[in-house]
Amino acid sequence: MDYIQPYLMLSSILFSMGIYAVITRKNAVAILMGIELILNACNINFVTFNRFGNFATLDGHVFTMFVIVLAAAEAAVALAIIINLFKNIGTVDVDQAKEMKG
Amino acid sequence: MPIPDLGILLFLGLCGLIVGSAFMVVTSPNLVHSAVSLLFTFFGIAAIYIYLYADFIAATQVVVYVGGILVLIIFGVMLTNKIENATITSKTHNQIPGALFSGILLLLQFYAIFNTKWLVNDNPEKSSTVMDIGELLLGKYLLPFEVVSILLLSALIGAAMLSRKKVD
Amino acid sequence: MTSALDYLIELLAFTGLDHSILVVLAIHIPALAIFLVMVVNATIAVYVERKVAAFMQDRLGPMEVGLFGFKGGRRFWGGIGQTIADAIKLLTKEDIVPDNADKKLMLLAPFIIFIGAFLTFIAVPFSENLVVSDFNVGIFYIIAMSSVGVIGIILAGWSSNNKWSLYGAMRAAAQIVSYEIPIGLTLLLVVIVAGSLNLGDIVQWQADNRWFIIHSPFTFVAFFIYFISVVAETNRTPFDIPEAESELVAGWMTEYSGFKWAIFFLSEYANMLIVSIVASVVFLGGWLSPLAILNIGIPESWMILDGPILGFFWVMLKALFLVFVMMWFRWTFPRLRVDQLMYLCWKVFIPFCLANLFFVSIWELISGTIFR
Repeated sequence: MDYIQPYLMLSSILFSMGIYAVITRKNAVAILMGIELILNACNINFVTFNRFGNFATLDGHVFTMFVIVLAAAEAAVALAIIINLFKNIGTVDVDQAKEMKG
Repeated sequence: MPIPDLGILLFLGLCGLIVGSAFMVVTSPNLVHSAVSLLFTFFGIAAIYIYLYADFIAATQVVVYVGGILVLIIFGVMLTNKIENATITSKTHNQIPGALFSGILLLLQFYAIFNTKWLVNDNPEKSSTVMDIGELLLGKYLLPFEVVSILLLSALIGAAMLSRKKVD
Repeated sequence: MTSALDYLIELLAFTGLDHSILVVLAIHIPALAIFLVMVVNATIAVYVERKVAAFMQDRLGPMEVGLFGFKGGRRFWGGIGQTIADAIKLLTKEDIVPDNADKKLMLLAPFIIFIGAFLTFIAVPFSENLVVSDFNVGIFYIIAMSSVGVIGIILAGWSSNNKWSLYGAMRAAAQIVSYEIPIGLTLLLVVIVAGSLNLGDIVQWQADNRWFIIHSPFTFVAFFIYFISVVAETNRTPFDIPEAESELVAGWMTEYSGFKWAIFFLSEYANMLIVSIVASVVFLGGWLSPLAILNIGIPESWMILDGPILGFFWVMLKALFLVFVMMWFRWTFPRLRVDQLMYLCWKVFIPFCLANLFFVSIWELISGTIFR
């Protein structure tokens, strides 16, 4: 594939699906999956622009590496929080976590 | 009958796999099924990276996402549910506003994609991306690299702290 | 290094077909070859494993089933048809699926494990130029693909809806994910010294200098850390707590039978072969003959033992010896406890690996300035 549009279309579809998951899901782990989709969509964009843009170096790849590292850190911390949530209120439904609500 | 290019056919198949499995991820009522679909999404995206001449990123994608994050997510699904009931379900809400919002977002992005004059210059495939990435990481991006490693370390410690049992 | 796939496409070019069709045709040949390697490896390894076990326990092992009427007598090769009989039994066995199991996932799980092993084989070199596809990031690709199997293990354990399976799967996942870190770090050490992720380049470096196992004290330690870690990653005794028979029946495989169980078995032995080949290529000189072990000015004309065909022999000799050592371990060491296993990984191997990584860099700097 030597055109830029198919890659961008793919990543925008993935991005929208991630947004949809974040909006509609109630389970915290499912929301996390949506966030991973969003991050993957942005990674595809970085690498696509690195291939098709006017770059001599691989800056886009480096940014993708950073995003992957951040995603790993985010997933680890998020799951630790989710497991703590489950221990404290017995569910991972984000609507039930309303103890701080005034 | 002209034979279509194998590369394009494979690309379309991969796009179908990614979009189909991503659709399963966001809609499947069974969370474990969502997580398994995520496996195929990640694999497909790794293959897309190969199309974009990013072999190192593709391997990193498989190592970190499939070998790390997906395992964590499946663990998370299993640990946050009662083990006795095999069907782990997730309630959904706001389907219509969610679909509307993400649909409008998608249309906007498509509009932008098709109405932009992309300055396409197809860079040739590099013989080895690893060397260039390494030089950039330890040269131009040295400070972000170190900051990210500190962040990863603190995330590791923080996750361990959060999930351990309270010791009195 | 050129890859076998490119060679095959060139070979098939005389048919005058379109290039795309040619690629599709050529892909099937290595795929079939890999599958055959996996099947043959599992059949032979099961037989050898039983015979080695019998030898270590001073008994005879399988003696009854012959092959084409050849029973082998009461010698070492007696009962040579045993694994073939076992395979037929496995394939004709009833496929039992528990009522409350997640049937789709239970079907999918063995194939994920199998695909993980299969995809890894693509980058595993059997000899110089005898590799399906020669990746620039070969060694990293192998690490990546061997981490796919753990998803299949978790799914197998979860979808069986059985507490033994789930415990086994959780233990296996924790163990495999942990032991991936020392494996990655020890291979990183080699990559730092050789300066390439390509397996061909790594072997070429060893041909120019010396085998990695005797290159420096640090790579020597790294080999043993790597080997013990891969024994743990392939869930072999003494690290077989995920499928400990006396505690968990058969771990994550408890509810599987017949064909699906055979696939688990196939992948498990394939993984053993993969890690042994990687160890032999990365640390033991790969397809170099033992004459090249030190590279102390042996004249070029003596190197008749090298070459693509004998190279295959050397790789397999080294790899199969390592497989034998794994079988040897099984009848030598008692099983570790879960906490001992984690202790060994996180508090022994990983600190040693990190120290190794630090000191090998200093070593390379110093030896680079002194001997150049």
